[in-house]
Amino acid sequence: MREGTMDALLLVEDIHKRYGKEEVLKGVSFQLQKGETKVIIGPSGTGKSTLLRCINRLTEPDRGRVWLEGVEVTSRKVDINRIRAQIGFVFQDFNLFTHLAALDNVRLGPMRVLGMRRDQATKLAREELARVGLAGKEDAFPAQLSGGQQQRVSIARALAMNPKLILFDEPTSALDPELIGEVLEVMIQLAKDGMTMIVVTHEMGFARSVADEIIFMEKGVIVEQGPPAQLFSAPRHPRTAEFLSKITELYGETEG
Amino acid sequence: MEFFLKLGQVGQHLPMLMRASVVNLELLGALLVIGFLIGTLVALLQVYGGRVLSTGASVYEWVFRSIPALVLLFLFYYGPSHFGLDIQSFLAASLALGFRSSAYQSQIFRGAIQAIPSGQMMAARALGMSKLSAIRHVILPQAFRLAIPGWSNEYSSVVKDTTLAYAVTLNEIMRYAKTIMDRQYDLAMATFIVVALVFLVFTYSGNALLGLVERRFRIPGLQMPGATGAVL
Amino acid sequence: MSGFYFEWSFLPKLAQGLLLTVEITGACIAFGFVLGVLLALGRVYGGRLISIPCGIYIHFFRGTPLLTQLFIVYFGLPNWGIQLSAFLSGVLALGLNTAAYQAEYFRGAIQAVKRGQMMAARSLGMSRIQAIRSVILPQAFRIVIPSWSNELILMLKYSSIVYSIALLDLMGMGKRIAARNFNYFEVFVVVALFYLVLVLALSQSLRWLERRVRVPGLGAPGLR
Repeated sequence: MREGTMDALLLVEDIHKRYGKEEVLKGVSFQLQKGETKVIIGPSGTGKSTLLRCINRLTEPDRGRVWLEGVEVTSRKVDINRIRAQIGFVFQDFNLFTHLAALDNVRLGPMRVLGMRRDQATKLAREELARVGLAGKEDAFPAQLSGGQQQRVSIARALAMNPKLILFDEPTSALDPELIGEVLEVMIQLAKDGMTMIVVTHEMGFARSVADEIIFMEKGVIVEQGPPAQLFSAPRHPRTAEFLSKITELYGETEG
Repeated sequence: MEFFLKLGQVGQHLPMLMRASVVNLELLGALLVIGFLIGTLVALLQVYGGRVLSTGASVYEWVFRSIPALVLLFLFYYGPSHFGLDIQSFLAASLALGFRSSAYQSQIFRGAIQAIPSGQMMAARALGMSKLSAIRHVILPQAFRLAIPGWSNEYSSVVKDTTLAYAVTLNEIMRYAKTIMDRQYDLAMATFIVVALVFLVFTYSGNALLGLVERRFRIPGLQMPGATGAVL
Repeated sequence: MSGFYFEWSFLPKLAQGLLLTVEITGACIAFGFVLGVLLALGRVYGGRLISIPCGIYIHFFRGTPLLTQLFIVYFGLPNWGIQLSAFLSGVLALGLNTAAYQAEYFRGAIQAVKRGQMMAARSLGMSRIQAIRSVILPQAFRIVIPSWSNELILMLKYSSIVYSIALLDLMGMGKRIAARNFNYFEVFVVVALFYLVLVLALSQSLRWLERRVRVPGLGAPGLR
């Protein structure tokens, strides 16, 4: 174990990933403390989603290492399923299990992965659905829910595993504008409750108000990182400033 | 009319014909179960098996789809005795038609599995489910539902193919019909018409039943891409 | 347990049987094609008076075993004073059967041709029949090729059924050779290989044909 890693919940070190000729990640490193919310921003196609997937190895990194509480995630010997059970993942397009009602979507993980008893898992699933404001929607199938509701179910599904951290991959990008707010609200509440999170997003308002630190990525590398106040008001790198002015033009500043 | 008199005469044989048709239904059940189990396995190997396994599964599928049912029946009926094993015609027919059906069913299941968006598997894996567990709890429950219409076609085709087991001396309905004809040749037309009617009932009642099953297990939002039908 | 013993002098006989298999398949497919197109047109464009009988025909032949249909033609028709040769019986039964299946494929293909095509043809002053012949069918035939190819290969395999009315096709010839020397297993392994090669050759040529007649932008929506 190396210096400064003892207290980090997650340590990401020198991650590389290449798809054919294109190198999407060119050595990305950062660490995450318990209870911290880190927001990753940057232009599309700069490897932000790939980076998230490398953390729980939904995508296998070519090089580099990841530690979760001192356990090397990227080790060949580790049981990756046990690691993934501790890391929540929220997808851009929800990926709720189509054939399962909301309640079953949330309790599938606890029952099949954690081996929880059915009645216990049911109770837990109801609680988590209530936590994201969906009490009463237990029996609805994904196709019967709005996009915002589906994304909240998927957050509940992640929460039910009692994860050490949750990775959010552009959780509001697939949503109609009027549905974005309800999902962000849930995420803001989670941050307040002390959940550890990494969020890839274009929602600058959310980033500014919730993030402990913002990472600006471009072309597979971290260009700049720092607390939101500093990054937004006095970016050190010209590319950061350029990106921020463009993105505010495009998206405005919701949740300012 | 004379033909109706003949039909009446065949009517006397109806109980025996129906009893013989039970053999067809038993064979149907056996071959569908064999075809379902092996077909599922072959489809899974084709989709999730590495290169070697998926190629092997595809060759299996191709061979059993390309050899006529009658040739398979003969191979399974006479093959074992060639190696000194005794095989009964019912078992031989079940295996021959079951393996053949597994090749067709694997194609149906493979299509259904491949129609499931890749995000489903990814979400299951992200929860920490193993690949096998994800297949069992997420992929297959969806794939089987999507496969019902295709499976219904397969049912229609194999229910009729059970008559081919006549060739390996199984005492099913066609063989019994033929003995009626051999005894009284002027009943041939009426007898085979009755057999045809029996199969019309089997085919269409089976399809209706599978239609009910499909509606019973239908889930909003779960359908083959390109299929029509309301989402809600 | 014995080794694999096949008298290779039987090969010419099997080749002869293969020829009959090809003949019967070709004849029944051609017959089924013509009847199938008519049935499909009857289903789509015929009024109720034509459409319903066509539908009954299709349901009957799709809902009953081919073997039963063959026996109705070969053993049944003589009851009504119609005596056909085994060859003709085989071709007729297989043809009547495949016509019902082909009709359904053609119907699907005709209905897959966009509505605007008929309207555009009529707006040029074409009669309905002209429009069907020179606008709808040429497109429908191209759309139908994949399922029609499947049907052709299916009939090639099902044609083996004619052995049961004593025709010496590939299957029948195999049965006869085997009955004479009791090497059922060996003979039918060779027969199976014959069919494998036949199916492979046919499916490859059909794939080639499909590429030959492809028209850009014309595919079957929602069909594989």
